[in-house]
Amino acid sequence: MLELQAVHKKFGGLHAVNDVSFSVNEGTIKSVIGPNGAGKTTLFNLIAGNLPPTDGTILFQGKAIQGRKPHQVAARGMARTFQNIKLFHGMTALECVMVGCHTQSKAGFISGMLNTPFARKEEKAIRQRSMELLQLLEIEEFAEVEATSLAFGQQRAVELARALALNPRLLLLDEPAAGLNIYETAEISRLICKIREMGVTVLLVEHDMSLVMEISDEVVVLCFGEKIAEDTPENIQQNPEVIRIYLGEDE
Amino acid sequence: MKVSKTNKILCLCALVILTQVTTTLTGTQYYLTQLTMAAYYGLVVIGLGVLMGYAGQISIGHAGFFAIGGYISAAMTTHNLVQLQDTPIISFCSQMGLLMERQDIYGDQLLTFAPWAACVTALLLAALIAFFLGIPVLKLKGHYLAMATLGFGTIIYRLVLATPLFGEADGISEVPAFTLLPAIGSLPPIMVSGDFGLRVINYYLAWGVLIIGMILLLNLIDSRVGRALRSLHSSEEAAEASGVHTSGCKVYVFVISAVYAALAGVLLTHYNAGIGPSEASVMKSVRYVALVAVGGMTNLWGTLIVGISLTFLSLRGVFGSYDDAVFAAILIGVMLFSPAGILSLRGCLLPSKQEIAPAKEENL
Repeated sequence: MLELQAVHKKFGGLHAVNDVSFSVNEGTIKSVIGPNGAGKTTLFNLIAGNLPPTDGTILFQGKAIQGRKPHQVAARGMARTFQNIKLFHGMTALECVMVGCHTQSKAGFISGMLNTPFARKEEKAIRQRSMELLQLLEIEEFAEVEATSLAFGQQRAVELARALALNPRLLLLDEPAAGLNIYETAEISRLICKIREMGVTVLLVEHDMSLVMEISDEVVVLCFGEKIAEDTPENIQQNPEVIRIYLGEDE
Repeated sequence: MKVSKTNKILCLCALVILTQVTTTLTGTQYYLTQLTMAAYYGLVVIGLGVLMGYAGQISIGHAGFFAIGGYISAAMTTHNLVQLQDTPIISFCSQMGLLMERQDIYGDQLLTFAPWAACVTALLLAALIAFFLGIPVLKLKGHYLAMATLGFGTIIYRLVLATPLFGEADGISEVPAFTLLPAIGSLPPIMVSGDFGLRVINYYLAWGVLIIGMILLLNLIDSRVGRALRSLHSSEEAAEASGVHTSGCKVYVFVISAVYAALAGVLLTHYNAGIGPSEASVMKSVRYVALVAVGGMTNLWGTLIVGISLTFLSLRGVFGSYDDAVFAAILIGVMLFSPAGILSLRGCLLPSKQEIAPAKEENL
């Protein structure tokens, strides 16, 4: 599904991502963990096309995508959410999800201005599909509420729905549990598993270890831009190197 | 509370007809002249409103696009081609029916481009310039974009002031009427012209163009592309991640708003039978921006209403020599007390349903 081969990213003298390689298999949930500043978000931005890698190859469904623009990557079936939720101001939850359907629809400037039958039909289909996604994430009652005025957990769900609207093959989740309490985190972890069951592969960056260990099939550990471990959650918890990073060394 | 788009349009149409009937009955038809002009300026303002309010891209150069429309159309329909009429290009244009022959006020032969050919050229040119200006300039954000578009407006202003073809400081006068439909039988011709006898027709023509322009933009806002524009206004990163080609969308909406401004320029120039350099001035661009801001950035109806009423008052000379100062004062007042535009003041008087609804849900 997704394969990183010796990916590097340098910002001036800082080697933010250093020779990272791993792959994400179809239908699995993979997590990237690591202390602050380990390069997790940079890695995400490289995969999603927000930043070009300095070196290395990123294959998505067998095709190289490094250096592509985010909207091109999105059109190939990769969706993402953001650490600090980015919903659209002045739009209802439903409209936010409808924006997510952008790659699934075609009507352009002219047909939009003329409100052609084609555009109207497509609009109806988009609305229907977006409503179904809100139902799937159990937030359909907030469809007509301005998205940015919703509670934090609900905003995360709207963002998830928007990402799913792309009909993605791969979903990137940047700290989906950040800022959520334990009930909301449990809710999100249930939703992520639900999404995986729909056949969507998931790659997530997360600090909440209970969430990571509960839902991941595999975990990658980053530290100062380098991959130091890649294994199942059980083995990662036993890995002395990982324990050293997280708990510090014995004096 | 919520009135549908169609009903609002119908109300506007009714109001337009009512105004015309009232002025006829009360013998105050002279108001129609300024209302016609205000409608054309309204076209510039709503086009800019979509660019600024919905897509979030400021342009302090829209008078430049208005001037491109007006000046190209004026120059092409007044510049005498008689001496060139034997050249292959001009005779080819003549065969294609692009030219118009008439006599000037001294009775000499005058051969110029036909207004429709000039109009098409002007609109295409404005669209092209907007396209090629937009690609680099729309990469800028906020103040930087404002400065760059200001630069563009200044270039156009100085160009028309310095070019003999555009009449330098005098501008261009004696622009012919723009015949849209020739007289058929007993029906009067439909032409854009300041002729007193055609005042009512021109009033309806201008408002017809404005209302159609308004409908197209309202459709656009509610469409897939409109949603994409609104999303990139709020977060370009999230819009990109949703598959929106943000730089392309920005350029296209810039082109559309430039074409709106240019069309207004073309029609108003034919209506006034001329155009002067003040139409290209930076102060005009600033005024358009102010009208959008006063009307409410994300409120196309507010933009339309404020744009038309203030422009009408200004054209009637209500503000006298203090015109620009009054506009600036209104802008300061609105920014201080009602940054979302004048229509948002409604909310202070009667809380709308929309504001109550989210409050309730938070209590759940």
